[in-house]
Amino acid sequence: MSEKKVITFKGTKEQEARLLKAIESHKGQPGSLMPILQQAQEIYGYLPIEVQRIIAQKTGISMAEIYGVVTFYTQFSLYPKGEYKISVCMGTACYVKGANAILDRLKERLGIEVGECSSDGKYSLDATRCIGACGLAPVLTVNDDVYGRLVADDVDGILAKY
Amino acid sequence: MQTVNIKINGKELSVPASYTVLEAARLANIDIPTLCYLKGVNQIGACRMCVVEIKGARSLQAACVYPVSEGMEVSTNSALVRESRKTTLQLILSNHDKKCLTCVRNRNCELQTLSDELGIGDIPFEGEVSDARCEIDNMSPSIVRDNNKCVLCRRCISVCKNVQTVSVIDAKERGFKTNIGCAFDKSLGEVACVNCGQCIAVCPVGALYEKDTTEKVWQAIEDTAKHVVVQTAPAVRVALGEEFGMPIGSRVTGKMVAALRRMGFDRVFDTDTAADLTIMEEGTEVIERITQGGKLPVITSCSPGWVKFCEHNYPEFLDNLSTAKSPHEMFGALIKSYYADKADIDPKNIVVVSVMPCTAKKFEAERPELSNGGNQDVDMVITTRELARMIKQAGVDFVNLPDEAFDNPFGGASGAGVIFGATGGVMEAALRTVAEVLSGKSLDDYEYKVVRGTDDIKRAEVDVAGRTIKAAVAHGLGNARKLLDAVKAGKESYDFIEIMACPGGCVTGGGQPIVDAKKQMDINVKAERAKAIYAEDKSLPIRKSHENPVIKKLYDEFLEKPGSHKAHRLLHTHYTERELY
Ligand code: SF4
Ligand code: SF4
Ligand code: SF4
Ligand code: FES
Repeated sequence: MSEKKVITFKGTKEQEARLLKAIESHKGQPGSLMPILQQAQEIYGYLPIEVQRIIAQKTGISMAEIYGVVTFYTQFSLYPKGEYKISVCMGTACYVKGANAILDRLKERLGIEVGECSSDGKYSLDATRCIGACGLAPVLTVNDDVYGRLVADDVDGILAKY
Repeated sequence: MQTVNIKINGKELSVPASYTVLEAARLANIDIPTLCYLKGVNQIGACRMCVVEIKGARSLQAACVYPVSEGMEVSTNSALVRESRKTTLQLILSNHDKKCLTCVRNRNCELQTLSDELGIGDIPFEGEVSDARCEIDNMSPSIVRDNNKCVLCRRCISVCKNVQTVSVIDAKERGFKTNIGCAFDKSLGEVACVNCGQCIAVCPVGALYEKDTTEKVWQAIEDTAKHVVVQTAPAVRVALGEEFGMPIGSRVTGKMVAALRRMGFDRVFDTDTAADLTIMEEGTEVIERITQGGKLPVITSCSPGWVKFCEHNYPEFLDNLSTAKSPHEMFGALIKSYYADKADIDPKNIVVVSVMPCTAKKFEAERPELSNGGNQDVDMVITTRELARMIKQAGVDFVNLPDEAFDNPFGGASGAGVIFGATGGVMEAALRTVAEVLSGKSLDDYEYKVVRGTDDIKRAEVDVAGRTIKAAVAHGLGNARKLLDAVKAGKESYDFIEIMACPGGCVTGGGQPIVDAKKQMDINVKAERAKAIYAEDKSLPIRKSHENPVIKKLYDEFLEKPGSHKAHRLLHTHYTERELY
């Protein structure tokens, strides 16, 4: 079985206290899982196994059910955002001009899938909707830096800068 | 009972008001195809295989969840209905593995049957979905999941979550990526799955099956250096016949023994004999704890699904569990000591194969503590289904076999050993012995019918030698949870509790022949197979464990007395708390 990648959990005591409070405030109410997960995502920025385990233990809702809900809704994420957040535009213009090849190269170089974060926490990878830079297609951004008119071979040079 | 008048396909009918359209149609012998529906387990209206036309309703409705009402007019086979069902099935099949010839469920598959009954012909949607194959999860010693065959009916989720309250599987992701499995895509072998196999028993297709051990067993039989001993649990003999077309509830003990011999096992022993031994050891424990103020209630420990559930979910009750090993493990330990000595065979060259109605026994056999001098008590476990496959492979004409008897020195078992196979059986068997030991008399009244039957939880107060023994029996882990929570909260108190992981007990264990959803609408499988078990009990000359001469001899020659030092070393075990997540 290919397990999901493990990224060292860096949650603080203070975050855990906030999570426990959030769980407590919804305790026993029907349909409480969604608001608890939303608050947990706010507190930690993502919902790793450590956080889901606390929620399961405190609510009595099974991990399988919690994980099911987390992976069903796109608003929840299993991975943190990296120090460098790489987004590849998958809008029509970029797509037509080969954004897929760029995305594939990034996946290969970083060893992660879309939505994931490298295990050192440095890079995370997303595919986004049109960012409005169609003239530069295909485009990717690293945090606030924009790179355009790319071919797959440009990927290494860009990664080297970070 | 309140009834309503409805019309199905023009036929007038009076049916109970609580019925669904599906149940009403069944009453009228009108067949509506289903896939996600399973009586008593899953009724969620998800697959839309069972759609019908209801006069006045805007769209087609799912018969399995649609309640009847006065004056309702239903059409179950209009062109619209047929077309819709066919499209639904074609969509399912377009994303299905379809390798029937090599599938474990070939010829016993609800999807295959549907495809046949609906006359599918071709599958026009082919190629629209990704053909990426899912990884097969085969890390668990008991359960294999192959999501390439999964039709997302969710019966396994319902049984695991609602019936067993183990809840280790659920639906993940969405849309085309929807799949069933454990949190964080872990294997069933890495989570708190108790290996009960109830998910296998409810799966309509070949997406869930037991980890196959048949090849290893064949290899052992082929190996001339090995002395291969087989033992069979009580519940196997009342279900095996079904795999060869015999009716549910057929008793095939003699044929089963004959088949095992023809397959080449060196000795064919009866686990029931060891069940008698379990009663002696466990019964002694019960008597000691009751009379000497030990930890009560004593809780039975012969169901490995239950034991693992307890280790994960109720560690506070681990000291209540009887320390007695389960019967086939006791037997394994004896075969590799007492029998090995008698037969003058090095225990290292003995292979003990258990035929069990149970997938959790596969996990149990691998427990390191269930061993002696570096030898596992039991080497291999196969389910009733696997045995049936092996009998077929061996070309044995099962139905026409003569009846044969088990081998000595462990040939004889009492009726008490037989009833282990049904819920309430261990309790009754123990009471038969405990009552006589405590009273010092042979009692004529030894059928404890209060603990029989398929009620969720059975509670009884039994008077034994001027003492009242408070007993409770739960089958299915959801019921066990209810009972234990009541005990924990101090609301109920007992001296002795029997728990079986599987609803119905071993007769409907996770390794037993699979009965499809349609048959289950008409037949109470638990009750039919239990009937056969109690008939077998009645047919035996000895009905109480302590009267079994084989057992008496064992203690005289080898084990000294129940609870002796030797008995403890060979026949008892201990438990370990396990994490839930
Ligand atoms: S699950 Fe059923 S339909 Fe699918 S391959 Fe197996 S036998 Fe065939
Ligand atoms: S074997 Fe039992 S506990 Fe494990 S997934 Fe299946 S139903 Fe759940
Ligand atoms: S594994 Fe079987 S029971 Fe579970 S959802 Fe898939 S087809 Fe249904
Ligand atoms: S919706 Fe009725 S059987 Fe699935």
